[in-house]
Amino acid sequence: MIRNRNLPFAATVLVFAGIYLLCVLQFPTMLSFRVAGNLLTDNAFLGVAAVGMTFVILSGGIDLSIGAVIAFTSVFVAVLVRAGVHPAVAFALALTLSTAFGAVMGMTIHYLAMPAFVVTLAGMFLARGAAFLITTDSVPISHEFLDMLKSLYIQLPGKGRLTFIGMVMLATFVIGMVLAHRTRFGANVYALGGSQQSSELMGVPAAATTVRLYALSGFLAGLAGLVYTLYTSAGYSLATVGVELDAIAAVVVGGTLLSGGSGLVLGTLFGVFIQGLIQTYIVFDGSLSSWWTKIAIGILLFVFIVLQRATLLLPRRSGKAVAFTPIPRGG
Amino acid sequence: MMKIVTRLAAASALSMLASTAFAASLTVGFSQIGSESGWRAAETTVTQNQAKERGIDLKFADAQQKQENQIKAVRGFIAQGVDAILIAPVVATGWDDVLKEAKEADIPVILLDRQIEAPDSLYLTAVTSDQVHEGKVAGDWLVKDVGAKPCKVVELQGTTGSSPAINRKKGFEQAIAGHSNITIARSQTGDFTRTKGKEVMESFIKAEGGGKDICAVYAHNDDMAVGAIQAIKEAGLKPGTDIKVVSIDAVPDIFLAMAAGEANATVELTPNMAGPAFDALEAYLKDKKAPAKWIQTESKLYTQADDPKAVYDAKKGLGY
Repeated sequence: MIRNRNLPFAATVLVFAGIYLLCVLQFPTMLSFRVAGNLLTDNAFLGVAAVGMTFVILSGGIDLSIGAVIAFTSVFVAVLVRAGVHPAVAFALALTLSTAFGAVMGMTIHYLAMPAFVVTLAGMFLARGAAFLITTDSVPISHEFLDMLKSLYIQLPGKGRLTFIGMVMLATFVIGMVLAHRTRFGANVYALGGSQQSSELMGVPAAATTVRLYALSGFLAGLAGLVYTLYTSAGYSLATVGVELDAIAAVVVGGTLLSGGSGLVLGTLFGVFIQGLIQTYIVFDGSLSSWWTKIAIGILLFVFIVLQRATLLLPRRSGKAVAFTPIPRGG
Repeated sequence: MMKIVTRLAAASALSMLASTAFAASLTVGFSQIGSESGWRAAETTVTQNQAKERGIDLKFADAQQKQENQIKAVRGFIAQGVDAILIAPVVATGWDDVLKEAKEADIPVILLDRQIEAPDSLYLTAVTSDQVHEGKVAGDWLVKDVGAKPCKVVELQGTTGSSPAINRKKGFEQAIAGHSNITIARSQTGDFTRTKGKEVMESFIKAEGGGKDICAVYAHNDDMAVGAIQAIKEAGLKPGTDIKVVSIDAVPDIFLAMAAGEANATVELTPNMAGPAFDALEAYLKDKKAPAKWIQTESKLYTQADDPKAVYDAKKGLGY
């Protein structure tokens, strides 16, 4: 039996299955390992970043900096590799930097009691500006190490491929699910999103959780940047403008409550897939304006917000506070 | 959503019919950058018209200025098994992987309008204009037009450091080299815009004795030329006669100015990149002979003698 709180997630899966079915009815080739593999590869950077966004939104916050951090990371790595640094070292440096960047934003949000919106907006400008400062050109990179990573793919039937970055995304989701649903940190994040005051009364360490939360989001944005670098073999400071909004859309369409406290990490994966599927459909059709993607996502977002409101307001069977309910199982 | 659903329902019913009816014709995917400029919109329109004329089923994907969208679109085309792919690349880098996938799937790729940084074995050919040549055509026209008379030229450059600005300047200078009667008196950037073109032209006129000494203005694009024409008129001179106006791009508005006698010549940056691309593709598919790696589009010169009003009418519907 589907519990009330998981209703949005069930709706997400249903929407995904419905859209896929409609797509396949019109274009039978869309039901292939090739398209499935593409869905994973093409949305890998968005998926990785969206996992971080899920945690942030679960806690009742928001992180607008991730698109800019992705671009910064990709430029940073590309320039370092061009200068002769081994990619593995550049990757480690980039991840350290983006994690620290997230942690500092988390500290600002908590200790200065600033709205996450404003702090991460500043972070967005900062990271984008820094990327432009490094270079405004698109910097191609090639290195044996990167070629080796790219050669780590699993051949699927029908010329489909589960690429390395696709695997990175799936792994990120698995780890994210464990972190959210099976650890103390995850429980604290849910509690924080329910209500900060009552969670503090319950003894949830708000400071440590907030800082770790934004550090995690920064880390995952950095990782998404590395995935993007592998995806295009280049760093470009103008890249991934607005990806933070796509990630927020994926999280909300994935069934997470925008005000925090309720949702599943796995839902976000389906949120990402739904966006990717609509884009794929538009490419297959070839005559629709690509802006239909935005319109469809806009409508889905609206539907989900209304749905969430309805499930919260209508049947309050399980007591009054969503925040105090146990951690959702699995995901 | 409803629209998509109804479309889906209708289209799925039709798809059976369609797949048999057009089995013989080509399906080509076209990944366009976006519609950031009038020229880009015209390129899209012309590509669609060209495809329709040849009975090619064109799958069009607008990338909204994002490379990730272009890569997704190309992957989608490959998954769909199109016969060929056209790409107008948004940046020069980052194409290797997806082009390799296209190559493995045996789908020829043709680049439109811009080159990329990738081994040229990954694509069939690139159809672009030669910007140096464009500048040269403009310069050659001026050389012919002034003959042996002395001529002081002012130059409105494009955005500093941009490749069209550098190349169009270079080509023009090549054309007037060896003609000592023609000199570039002043050269400054007008940022490819109308307002900047007008401003800079005003300062040129002031600096050159009220414009009496200027014989011609060379603008790196038509928009700046249109601005310059305005400045010349406001200074009480007649553009096209007192000061000759030559520019590049051939957008519809310059033909109106030409019809009014206010502009003298323009060099076309043709929006028809798809025509030569489809020609090359059809030849390649027919007898597997690969074309040259670079197909240069014609940089056609238009003057007042070319019935500018008719050209304007032909161009205005293209979406410029």
